[in-house]
Amino acid sequence: MPQPANTLEHRTELLLMGDEAVAQGAIDAGLSAAYAYPGTPATESFEYLLAHAKTEDGPKAAWCANEKTAYEQALGVSMVGRRVLVVMKHVGLNVAADPFINSAIVSIHGGLVLLVADDPGMHSSQNEQDSRVYADFARVICLEPANQQEAYDMAREAFDLSERFEIPVVIRLVTRLAHSRARVETRPPRAQNPLDKTPDPDSWILLPATARKLWRKLLDVQPELESYSESCPFNRLESASPGSVGVITTGVARGYYRQNLPDLPAPLPHLHIGAYPLPLAKIRALAATVNTLLVLEEGYPLLERRLRGILPIATEIRGKESGLLPLDGELSPDHVRQALGLPPRPRLAMAADPVPPRPPQLCKGCPHKDSFDALKLALTGYECSIVNADIGCYTLGALPPYQAIESCVCMGAAIGMAKGAADAGLHPVVSVIGDSTFLHSGVTGLMDAVAADTDMTLLILDNGTVGMTGGQETVLPSSQIEPLILGLGVAPEHCHVLQAHPRKVEELAAALRAEMEHHGLSVVIAVRECIEHARMRTSQERRRRREKRIEG
Amino acid sequence: MKQDLVLAGVGGQGVVSLGVVIAAAAQREGYTVKLSEVHGMAQRGGSVMASLRIADAPIHGALIPAGTADFIVATEPLEGLRYLDLLSPEGTLVTASEPFTNMADYPPPEELRRRIDALPHAVVVDGLRLAREAGGVRAANIVIVGALSDFLPLDPKSIEDYIRERFAAKGSDIVELNLRAFRAGRESACPTPA
Repeated sequence: MPQPANTLEHRTELLLMGDEAVAQGAIDAGLSAAYAYPGTPATESFEYLLAHAKTEDGPKAAWCANEKTAYEQALGVSMVGRRVLVVMKHVGLNVAADPFINSAIVSIHGGLVLLVADDPGMHSSQNEQDSRVYADFARVICLEPANQQEAYDMAREAFDLSERFEIPVVIRLVTRLAHSRARVETRPPRAQNPLDKTPDPDSWILLPATARKLWRKLLDVQPELESYSESCPFNRLESASPGSVGVITTGVARGYYRQNLPDLPAPLPHLHIGAYPLPLAKIRALAATVNTLLVLEEGYPLLERRLRGILPIATEIRGKESGLLPLDGELSPDHVRQALGLPPRPRLAMAADPVPPRPPQLCKGCPHKDSFDALKLALTGYECSIVNADIGCYTLGALPPYQAIESCVCMGAAIGMAKGAADAGLHPVVSVIGDSTFLHSGVTGLMDAVAADTDMTLLILDNGTVGMTGGQETVLPSSQIEPLILGLGVAPEHCHVLQAHPRKVEELAAALRAEMEHHGLSVVIAVRECIEHARMRTSQERRRRREKRIEG
Repeated sequence: MKQDLVLAGVGGQGVVSLGVVIAAAAQREGYTVKLSEVHGMAQRGGSVMASLRIADAPIHGALIPAGTADFIVATEPLEGLRYLDLLSPEGTLVTASEPFTNMADYPPPEELRRRIDALPHAVVVDGLRLAREAGGVRAANIVIVGALSDFLPLDPKSIEDYIRERFAAKGSDIVELNLRAFRAGRESACPTPA
C-alpha cells in the first residue's frame, strides 16, 4: 500500500526532501506557474508545489496529460515573461525531448527551469538513463545538487541563469537525494515577474531561416556558459593537498567520498562539480598535479568520457568506464570505499545467510487482480496469443501469481505494440493499459488502430487515478474516457464499459472473449476505483466532516 | 554522536512514518538528521528499506555503509534479517515479532527465531499485539518507535510532542492511541544479554 499521496502530512517545517527543496527554491525564486506529470522519484516535488499553489498569490500548478504538454505550457509562461518550473522523471524527458531540445534554441524570456529526477538503480523505473546527457545534448546549463541545501540554492540560482543566458536550465536530482530529507535553510522570497511578453517574437519562431540564427546564438553563448561554470561556487576545489591520485566528484558522489574520508591516510586533491558545462580549466589544473584521476559520479560515466578527450594521455582516468566502479546500479559509499582502495568493514557472519526476496505486489482488493483473472480466463484455449501491457501498478501483473502480461516498454507502447503484433498476423492480440497511461500517450496509438480497424482488443484498466505514484488526479475523469474513445471512431458496439469486480470476473471475461473473436478493433474499459485511492478519499472525507463539526 | 538506523519492513507497514517521527524529534533536539525514503513501485507490498542518520556533526550522505548501522529497526522479522549486511557487529536489531507472510517461501517462525537469537544484540517486540491493546494495529510502527526510543539519546518527551502534532489532524482519539502505543513499546523493550 502506498503512503498518503500528499507527503506534506509528514513534513516538518525545515526537514525537506531534495524534491521539496527544489520546489521551495523555485517558489522563493518568484515562481508563477509549474507543470508536471507524476513519476517516481520526481512526484513529491510537484505535490509540495500543489500544496503551496493553494495559497493566495501562490504559483499556478497543475498535473498535465504528459511531460510534453507540461513542457509546452511552461514555454508559454516563459514567452510572456514569467518564471516557470517543469517537473518530471528521467524517462519523462524522453517524452518532452522535442520541446526541451528546441527550447534551448528559442530565446527564453521568463526563467524556465526543468527539474528532472533520475532513478539510478531503477527503484521504480524501466531504465537508468542520465539526464545530464540531455542537458549536454541541448547545450544548456545543468545544475546537480549534492544535498538538500544545494537543491534549494541551485533552484533559486537556476531561474537567474535562465533569464541571464536566455536558455532553459536543468536541475538534475537522483532518487537518493530526491527522496531523502535534511534541514534546509531558506532565504527571503523574490517577487514574481510582471507579465511582460517577449519583445522579440522572432526569437520564438523556429523557421529554418530564424532557427539558423538562433542556433548560432546558442553556440555563441557557450563560452559564456563555460566561464560561468569556471567561476561558480558549485564547482570548487575542495582540497588541494598534494598527492599522485586526485578525485573528481559530481552530485551525491561527493557525500559518499566524504563518508570514506576519515579512513584515508590523507585527503586527496579533490574537485567537486555541481554545474555543467564542465569547468575544463579547473579540471586541467587538477589533472596537472596528479598522475591518476578517480572519477566518482552517479549515473552514466559522462564526466569520465569527456575527460578522456580533454586531458593528456599520460593522465590515468579511473571510474566506471575503466571498470573500477560498476556501470549499472546505484552508486554507494561502499563502491566508493572500494574504489579508494580501502578494505571492507567487518560485518556479522550471519549477514551472509540468504533471505528470500519479497517483490512488490498488487494491494489486497486491487481491481487489477479481477481484470487479470478475467483476461486469463478469456485467453484460455488459444494456442498463441499476446498481451502487450504498459506502465503502472498493473505492470506487476507480469509477476506470479498472475503472469498475465508480456511486455512493458514505455508509456503508451501497449497500444502501438499490439497493433504491430496484429499487423504481423498474430491473433488474438490484447493491449492492456491504465487510464492515466492511456491519457498520457495511448490516445495517439489508438488513433492509428482506429484508422486501420486493427484486429486487436484494447483493455483499459480504469481505476480513476494515477495509482503507482500515490494517487494523483488523472487529467480527465473516468467518465470522459468512453466518450473520448467513441469520438476517435471506435465502433460503439465494440466499446464496452464493465466493472472490474471479483463477482463480475466471468462477465468481463465473456466480453473480452467475444471481442477477441471479433476481427477488428474493440475496446473494453474495466472500471473500479483504486482500493488505496478509495481508502485515502474516505479518510479525507472523514477528516473534513470532523473539521466541520469542530468549526460548527 | 552518531546513530545510523536502517528502517525495514513491508510496504504499507508505516516504515517511512516511523522514520519521520524519530527524525523530527531528533531534529528538534538540535541534531543533524538525514532520512532517506522509498516511494513508487518499491513500496507496493514488497520489501521497503529506508535509512535514518542522526549526528551532532554534518552528515554527508543518505546511505549507510555496510557494517556501520547502529540499529536495524524492523516492523517485521524477516525484513529485519534482510539488511544484516549493513549492521555493525556491535549493532542491535529492534524488530516486531509478528511475521507478515505475503509470500510463498516465508521461512518457518522457529528458523527466524533461531536467527534472531544468534545475533549479538536483538530486541523483539510484539508490535501488533501491543498496538491492538493500545487501540489499533495501525499504530504497530509507533510501538516499534517506542521500543527503539529507549536506546536513542532522545528525550521521550520530544517524541511524544511530535506524535501529538503529527496526529492532531486525525483527532484526539488517534493522538492518545499513538501515545499509548509509543509508551507500551518503550516499556516492553528489554535487550537480550550480549
